[in-house]
Amino acid sequence: MSLILDHVNYIYGGDTELAVHALRDVNLKIPDGQFIGLIGHTGSGKSTLVQHLNGLIKPTGGAIYFNGEDIHEDDFDKKKLRSKVGLVFQYPEHQLFEIDVFSDVCFGPKNLGLSRKEVELRAYEALKQVGLEDEFFYQSPFDLSGGQKRRVAIAGVLAMKPDILILDEPTAGLDPKGRDEILDRIAMLHKTMGITVILVSHSMEDVAKYVERIIVMNKGRVLYDDMPKEVFKHYKELEQIGLAAPQVTYIMQALKARGLPVNTEVTTIPEARDEILRIYGKHA
Amino acid sequence: MGIIKTDKLVFEYIRRDEEGNVEGITRAVDEVDLDVAQGDFVAVLGHNGSGKSTLAKHINAILYPSEGTVWVDGMDTAEEKNLWEIRQNAGMVFQNPDNQIIGQVVEEDVGFGPENMGVPTAEIWERVEESLKAVGMYEYRRHSPNKLSGGQKQRVSIAGVIAMHPKCIILDEPTAMLDPNGRKEVIRAVRALNAAENITVVLITHYMEEIIHADKVFVMDQGKVAMEGTPKEIFSRVEELKELRLDVPQITLLAYELQKNGLQIPAGILTTEEFVEALTCL
Repeated sequence: MSLILDHVNYIYGGDTELAVHALRDVNLKIPDGQFIGLIGHTGSGKSTLVQHLNGLIKPTGGAIYFNGEDIHEDDFDKKKLRSKVGLVFQYPEHQLFEIDVFSDVCFGPKNLGLSRKEVELRAYEALKQVGLEDEFFYQSPFDLSGGQKRRVAIAGVLAMKPDILILDEPTAGLDPKGRDEILDRIAMLHKTMGITVILVSHSMEDVAKYVERIIVMNKGRVLYDDMPKEVFKHYKELEQIGLAAPQVTYIMQALKARGLPVNTEVTTIPEARDEILRIYGKHA
Repeated sequence: MGIIKTDKLVFEYIRRDEEGNVEGITRAVDEVDLDVAQGDFVAVLGHNGSGKSTLAKHINAILYPSEGTVWVDGMDTAEEKNLWEIRQNAGMVFQNPDNQIIGQVVEEDVGFGPENMGVPTAEIWERVEESLKAVGMYEYRRHSPNKLSGGQKQRVSIAGVIAMHPKCIILDEPTAMLDPNGRKEVIRAVRALNAAENITVVLITHYMEEIIHADKVFVMDQGKVAMEGTPKEIFSRVEELKELRLDVPQITLLAYELQKNGLQIPAGILTTEEFVEALTCL
């Protein structure tokens, strides 16, 4: 279920003096089964970009193809697109509204016009996928902890059985453990279900740890689109656009500057540990 | 007595079901004793629901103790006559920048606090100027706040607090919604205020890296202070922190991992310099 963005441009306020060019000539291919990180400073166009991916915003120039079909053709089924490309917004727990957790997760599939049995089956499955225990199913979603609420909100999108799951900063405001739990869950869904994941994040460490490809946005353009270790080689350029490399990159650069022959391409703690142990002739 | 002191502070709230029947009582803060000296930079860590925000809200009298006492600059927060003076002396900055900016223009927003306090107009302008300069936002004084980045908005919020000339400032996850640059800007501004103006800082955060320069760290769990000490002392206890759903800075974790694998590195390394030093000494 691939998505292709072909010369996508988006200008808002186009006929006024305050026109903003939010996306400039964006060309991307999102093939099946990738785990992609989308990074960029506030206002770089990340959110505008993800809203294009499920047709919430229509580009002012260029086209978007889902499985080869132009999503803004008149006969294209947008409702289906929105069930196939699931978008989890920032602070999604603010969108919980039902009287209990289970009903909340049922809301999406119910709107797809499925039978009641199918709706409930999907809700149950989705709640299991995010790792929520049965005992919470009939509690009010408002009585749950921050991390649990967020998992319910993600389950609500998973119950639509999307092929592509887009998460806009799913860990903002969570404690370190809650952050790891959510991201580990998402990584597992990606692995076991083969679902494509696009993770919008401000944490370079999280991106380095989980994704296989990074798209860097700056001023509405795609600045880099590559494997994490390739992207983080440009750490000086990333700093200039308000981003950074993972802290491990800086540590390795500092060691190298002091004459230690370390590979500065490593980006995660386990990689750095093994690399330093290698230098000192030990094995993890 | 320090600028902020709590004595066996307890805060309880009553949970009710939809019909309003009492379901139970939750003790969000449980016998907390704090003593923060004027000019200190104090960090509060703790997992979601550990009671740290509830504790913070007692410091500027948004909440009152169920039991025990809170003093801010020697004033008991439970006494209503102290309310305005306490709020003026202990300013608070929250997580979401969009929820705490009200002015149409940056300088107007920053002037809101002192204006409400009845500060003479000429002095309001002086305070607005010095506050915006202190957080590095003076050149944006005529801008509309909604055109600023997240980090800039948070710095305007901080300026709005310091324009009231508080003795301490409490920041409840001020960087949670910001990009890396925004986080850096805000923490830099807060540290500068603490160092240059001697304003007491209480910083609540989930980003361990932000507090390595703090004078003291409190770790909350189930409403109690579970750990307290310097950043070095706290971050040396990696396993305990992980059990409390927390973490250590990446550099500390890497050093810890190397130590576990037999390299002779001291515990509680907090900066790249220390780390490089420790490794090159091997």
